[in-house]
Amino acid sequence: MQQPTKVPHYTKYHPRWFRPRVSVYWWLGQWQYLRFILRELSSVFVALTVIMTLLELRAVVQGPVAYARFQHQLAKPGVILISLISLFFVLFHTITWFNLTPRAMAVKVAGKRIPEWLVAAPNYLIWIVVSGAISLLILRG
Amino acid sequence: MGESIVLEIARYSPERDAEPHLETYEVPLRKEWVVLDALNHIKDKIDGSLTYRWSCRMGICGSCGVMVNGEPKLGCATFLSSYAGRKRVRVEPLRYFPIVRDLVTELGDFLAKLKKVKPWLIRTDGPLLREGEYLQTPEQLDDYRQLSMCINCTLCYSACPVVGLDALFVGPAAIALAQRYNKDSRDRGAKERTLILAHPDGIWGCTFVGECTRVCPQHVDPAGAIQQYKVGSALAWFEGLIMPKKRRKTEDRHGAAAD
Amino acid sequence: MDVSDHDILLVGGGAAGLRAAIAAAEVHPKLSIAVVSKVYPMRSHTVSAEGGAAGVIKADDSLDEHAYDTISGGDWLCDQDAVEAFVKEAPLELVQLERWGCPWSREPDGHIAVRAFGGMKKKRTWFAADKTGFHMLHTLFQTTLKYEPIARYDEWFVTKLLVDDGRVLGVVAIELMSGRVQAITARAVVLCTGGCGRVFPFTTNANIKNGDGMALAYRAGAPLKDMEFVQYHPTGLPFTGILVTEAARAEGGYLLNKEGYRYLQDYNLGTPEPKPVLRSMELGPRDRLSQAFVKEEQKGRTLTTPYGSVVHLDLRHLGERTINLKLPFVRELCLKYQNLDPVKELIPVRPVVHYMMGGVSTDVDGCTPLPGLYAAGEVACVSINGANRLGSNSLAECLVFGRRAGRAAALFASEQRVHHRNALAQAHDEQKRLESQFLQKSGGRERVAAIREQMQATVEASAGIYREEPSLTRAAAKLRELQERAEDVSLDDHSHTFNTELQSALELGFMLDVAESIVECALHRSESRGAHQRTDYPARDDGNFLAHSLLFRNEDGSSRIAYMPVKITQWPPGERIYGRPQEPARETTAAVDQSRQDKQSLPARRAS
Repeated sequence: MQQPTKVPHYTKYHPRWFRPRVSVYWWLGQWQYLRFILRELSSVFVALTVIMTLLELRAVVQGPVAYARFQHQLAKPGVILISLISLFFVLFHTITWFNLTPRAMAVKVAGKRIPEWLVAAPNYLIWIVVSGAISLLILRG
Repeated sequence: MGESIVLEIARYSPERDAEPHLETYEVPLRKEWVVLDALNHIKDKIDGSLTYRWSCRMGICGSCGVMVNGEPKLGCATFLSSYAGRKRVRVEPLRYFPIVRDLVTELGDFLAKLKKVKPWLIRTDGPLLREGEYLQTPEQLDDYRQLSMCINCTLCYSACPVVGLDALFVGPAAIALAQRYNKDSRDRGAKERTLILAHPDGIWGCTFVGECTRVCPQHVDPAGAIQQYKVGSALAWFEGLIMPKKRRKTEDRHGAAAD
Repeated sequence: MDVSDHDILLVGGGAAGLRAAIAAAEVHPKLSIAVVSKVYPMRSHTVSAEGGAAGVIKADDSLDEHAYDTISGGDWLCDQDAVEAFVKEAPLELVQLERWGCPWSREPDGHIAVRAFGGMKKKRTWFAADKTGFHMLHTLFQTTLKYEPIARYDEWFVTKLLVDDGRVLGVVAIELMSGRVQAITARAVVLCTGGCGRVFPFTTNANIKNGDGMALAYRAGAPLKDMEFVQYHPTGLPFTGILVTEAARAEGGYLLNKEGYRYLQDYNLGTPEPKPVLRSMELGPRDRLSQAFVKEEQKGRTLTTPYGSVVHLDLRHLGERTINLKLPFVRELCLKYQNLDPVKELIPVRPVVHYMMGGVSTDVDGCTPLPGLYAAGEVACVSINGANRLGSNSLAECLVFGRRAGRAAALFASEQRVHHRNALAQAHDEQKRLESQFLQKSGGRERVAAIREQMQATVEASAGIYREEPSLTRAAAKLRELQERAEDVSLDDHSHTFNTELQSALELGFMLDVAESIVECALHRSESRGAHQRTDYPARDDGNFLAHSLLFRNEDGSSRIAYMPVKITQWPPGERIYGRPQEPARETTAAVDQSRQDKQSLPARRAS
């Protein structure tokens, strides 16, 4: 609603529709939209986490010295901050998408659609099992 | 009666205004009044030039969609009393549509998109009329029943930022309607509809904001329908990739494959 | 000024109009067909119909039984040849709709499911949960989209029929979006504009139901038939007038007075049983149930609310499962608009104006006495509804007679030459009238809404459930006065863009004509029959009134009434019996057998 024109150009019997422009900041107007943008944005941090993991793997392969240097880099306050933000977004990403699976998959058993939580539950179950297995592997090793 | 409430209503007349502006009206706050009753009160008693659409006032004709305090709502299904605590209730035309006048939006584009998805039963092998109906079990009916509830009120278009940003996006209601026929056991048209649906302006335009489903007064869940179509379509493509022979068959039952 | 031309014009985009459009398109693919509607077709009032559509389909049922229920329900005012055609074609039409994708509710084996309905002896009402009209309308609308020859004029408001030399040649309409007035010419015009419930203050009818088509036809010289027969539906929600479908009672709902007593047993409608019994108690016909309410109110056994007296509809014993499965919309409407849950609470209900049995007089093909003019659906009176329509007959009627009218109009149009002398001149005159009478006028003293309210109050007070001469006479005078005052209406809105106030003013004009016709016909019918109950003439009078009222408009705007005998084929007039199994009905059956033998002579004698 930012057209500065004052005098409308109206021709009789020719309606002139007003076309509102969508603001660049449309996603700030409503919490649901902001949450959606954050969910989309979370992909960046997921990618960042993947890159970090790959770098870590490379450091491990290069030997103890390289790994120690990598660990030292990780301990810097800036990197810790980024890691914390990444953790938040990765969790946000995971949970929102897990919760959306039942919407994308209508699973039917014996002709009846099974309740939504039952579709989402296996995601969490696998998440817990895999996380458990990895931490067990690391803690033992 | 005593109590009253102030409505801020967007007014726009192409003959007088360059752009919409808000005007305020004070109306009685009655327990059983919905936003539409307030609009009717204003039109009958205060200003006969207030312009809006309405008809059935029982939530089924889909005419009276407006933005109430920034949320797409049916005017006939939104009680004024639920805004009693607020100082003002703002009523505006549905977002992302061209405005014809006051609260009246232009629907030509929406109707064109609706037609584009071929929302009718496609089947050529039907028996004669006097041989009776196609059989369809209650379970088969259940597969598409909820999707058939759309009243074309266009609230979902007003909730969808993609509609606002991409004029070519077919939009939630139209895709849900296509999916309603795709999932109907009597229909054989899923393949014909793929051309329109499995397209960047179709399902792949949707970014799954999910607002369409939240605002739908009929609980149609267009967002779910679109994602299910995406999953089905991706699976069909993948299946075709690894087993090319099966491809044709899968495409034929594309809609059913989406669940 | 523009003129556009088509072969066939459908005015109104509800079930009848859309069915007629498809029927016309199937007569010949070269025909140019247009649907002119003041709202987008999917907004049409068909959308609000809840309960279902009647058509004989099950093995235990027969066409004769459907016909007999319809005719006795209509208190023998139905034209029986029309009813016979109707019951025969209804099932085919409903199957046709199924083929087009209508999501009818099903039996577990996949066949169509049917439910009981008021006044019907057998289960024969097809339904799509309790949104039958909605599903039918959207199925029809979506199906018309695939017919390229069907053009649409959405949100065009017809103000006048083009008539030349007694022939209808098209319409004059306003394009609401632009305010442009235009002539749309055609070889045949089919009116499918629905009823006129908005003439009354408390109605289930949508805001768009203003009797437009009835007034258009009447002004053009076509007679209106049986306008005194207005149906009250016994169960409307107070304040909003939202309908609680008859299906609620068909599934087993009870009507209770303030003492919690099933009062219908006091009104010769049978004895209460826990389960619904067809043609008995709550499943009696609508006129009898609405009349019982008024009697109950007079005895002081109804409850008082700010929106008038109510009784209770009790669905609680049906349980949440049945309510959710069979009556989800009833529950949704109660929760949304009445803030109560029928699973746990009683629903307050009262009679509400629901349907117009009368309308533009047509034959079985929707043909009116004016060449080139057809009508179908609620706007028309064929008549299959007689003095009281049975629930679920009207949706089927829209299909059967929509198809018939569309076909007949298409066949008629194919034989006509293009011929629209005068069209442009008449459209010009109409545009001038609208400008001078409304848009450019200032200083008028009346408001549309005020006159409308007074009209509604007048009609309700005189032509409600019970009527009598003095109040009808007073109402006739009051309506004449309102007609004059309506000339002095002044609008706030002088815009050409989507001028809904101009539209309301024109609709008010239509409604005033319709209101006058209702009162006029009610005044002249000095008997009680079906929905027309005269306290001063409480008995049915077959000697004088086994006939349709026909109201004609004179040149000067006054009216004259005539009577046309009812067409009887197989079922001579008998007593309407509800709640009692067949004993006296057996006599009727015998009489029917007798009449079947006499069938040759009987209709000839009556329908001269």
